[in-house]
Amino acid sequence: MHGALRTNWTKIIGMMVFGFLMIVGFLSSIVFGLTDIDLQMVMDAYTHFDGTNEQIIIREARVPRALIATAVGASLAISGVLMQGLTRNPLASPNILGINAGASFFIVVAVTFFGVVSLTAFTWLAFLGAALAACIVYFLGSVGPQALTPVKLTLAGAAMAALFTSLTQGMLALNEKALEAVLFWLVGSVQGRDLDILTAVLPYLAAGWICAVVISSKMNALALGENVAKGLGQNTWLIKGVAGLVVVLLAGGSVAVAGPIGFIGIVIPHFAKWLVGQDFRWLIPYSALLGAILLLAADIGARYVIMPSEVPVGIMTAVIGTPFFIYIARKGDFST
Amino acid sequence: MRKYFPFRIGGLSLLIDRKATAVTASLFIVFLVVIVLSVGIGDLFIAPLEVLKSLFGAGSDMHNLVVRSFRLPRILLAALAGMALAVAGAILQGIVRNPLASPDIIGITGGASVAAVTFLAIFSTNDNALSVSIRWLPLAAFAGALVTGLLVYALSQKKGTSRMRLVLIGIGLAAGLQALTNFMIILGPVYLATRATIWMTGSVHGATWEQVVMLVIWFIVFFIITVVLARRLNVQELGPAVATSVGSRVNRDRNLLLILSTALTGGAVAFAGGVGFVGLMAPHMARRLVGSAYGGLIPVSALLGGIIVMAADLAGRTLFLPLEVPVGVFTSAIGAPYFIYLLYKSRNQ
Repeated sequence: MHGALRTNWTKIIGMMVFGFLMIVGFLSSIVFGLTDIDLQMVMDAYTHFDGTNEQIIIREARVPRALIATAVGASLAISGVLMQGLTRNPLASPNILGINAGASFFIVVAVTFFGVVSLTAFTWLAFLGAALAACIVYFLGSVGPQALTPVKLTLAGAAMAALFTSLTQGMLALNEKALEAVLFWLVGSVQGRDLDILTAVLPYLAAGWICAVVISSKMNALALGENVAKGLGQNTWLIKGVAGLVVVLLAGGSVAVAGPIGFIGIVIPHFAKWLVGQDFRWLIPYSALLGAILLLAADIGARYVIMPSEVPVGIMTAVIGTPFFIYIARKGDFST
Repeated sequence: MRKYFPFRIGGLSLLIDRKATAVTASLFIVFLVVIVLSVGIGDLFIAPLEVLKSLFGAGSDMHNLVVRSFRLPRILLAALAGMALAVAGAILQGIVRNPLASPDIIGITGGASVAAVTFLAIFSTNDNALSVSIRWLPLAAFAGALVTGLLVYALSQKKGTSRMRLVLIGIGLAAGLQALTNFMIILGPVYLATRATIWMTGSVHGATWEQVVMLVIWFIVFFIITVVLARRLNVQELGPAVATSVGSRVNRDRNLLLILSTALTGGAVAFAGGVGFVGLMAPHMARRLVGSAYGGLIPVSALLGGIIVMAADLAGRTLFLPLEVPVGVFTSAIGAPYFIYLLYKSRNQ
């Protein structure tokens, strides 16, 4: 299947355009908001720091926030593309398959029961939760002769998400004090997050991005079906394992930084496919750029909806993503 | 012994399944025993015989008070919520022809949650009180469930209702509604967060007779309609092609049954909150006991649902004293592994 951009040249130009848009989004994310800031002030904050309120806001709030939104948006989109490729299910995404919920659940358990506050612990817990949920869902979806039909996998994911969500709610209902502390982990947000959290997770995210690019040509073979890929001499288990690991790193890492932000992993891959077709070598970089742009834009929007307070960006993405999910589900062909 | 025996009065005639009748009767006895036992167990232990006396107002004043004002309404509410959810689940599984569908998975419970939390957020005053009576909360929850049910249904229309599309769209909507609920919790005052969380998990704490009466009426009306329509559900289960060829109006029946299921869920969720997984478990257990003919399946599911929720509530209020665990935590803790087991078992289908 071809996308809207056919030739390699248009794809490269397209990538430059989206790269430019991402930079525009990044700068807008620093400039727009309750406090008026212009680009000159941003420059000054790093070259002539004088400790005014605006400069502190830029250095402590706006820039970290923009960086986090970019990294998380790109990571979620890549993990969505890989999941859709791995499971050959157009509805797969970290949110729908319960991976975000698993990561959140582990963090909430750690905070409520063990009073964990360290960033490293959060990161590893999020990875662990994401990995556990991914393994269970994948196992449940793939047992049996008619393995991994979209409906089966989606149901398995929804069940795991329901399980983790209800257990999380149960814990919170018992422990009122913890609720305020972990409310954040229930809805994704990139606001008020320390840059330290990003730097703690960044190595894993970066490793995930690089691996995703490295395996992209192998993913193309896998997309033809497991038997074809084997016939072409590919070690399908290895590729699937690596892709699964990348999904866990990117989705888990994103939850550790920004909480469970949904729907980016489902919206972006479809849009990217519409642009460049099925070739993973293009899909992955395009998804990364588009994911970053979407999350930056959603985050800017989140500041203006109920000014002066803010909507968590996870809600904005849900508002954008739910209709899209329904559109994809309706497009599918179900004879009964 | 024949499997069925006929029952005729005038123009009305039915074939009654012997096994289903026996199972229903014995489950009904178990149901009553569970009521009596769970009324007796608690901070103050009351012997079963004393419970029976108090139920009819013949016990000591103390016992009468505890049994009739505190424990009984709560236990009956739990039982009714469980029954309504179980029947709703049985209907839904029949329509969708997928044993894994249940009102909580396809977002109907989520819709009720959004409405309830929005209600609490909008009508909260600054001094942590509500500006309108809390009695309207069930109505809001029911409206939420109904709107979501209709939305799931309307969105899955495309040359008729596709059952798989129905499930997928339900799952998507449920995820979106979850985000909205969280938004409302964050937007509202802090005390609301606790209250809303307990409500969403499902709890029958502080039930009143008024609630019980309202839910009883609601449940009985829709239960009777469901039993009357049971044979249409049987036809639905055969699949659209067979159903059409035996003269059933497949789409119209499907819509009618979906509304019934939503109404039952809405009623239960409105009073007891989002008690999870009952709508999934009870019909399955019932199918094991009496097979999949809906005439027997519906009453048996209802009784099992009631027993499950009562038992979960009993565990929730006694096991972790002085803490009281919301009933929904227990039903999910049992229900989710069961769901996984079902998924695993259905791998060969």
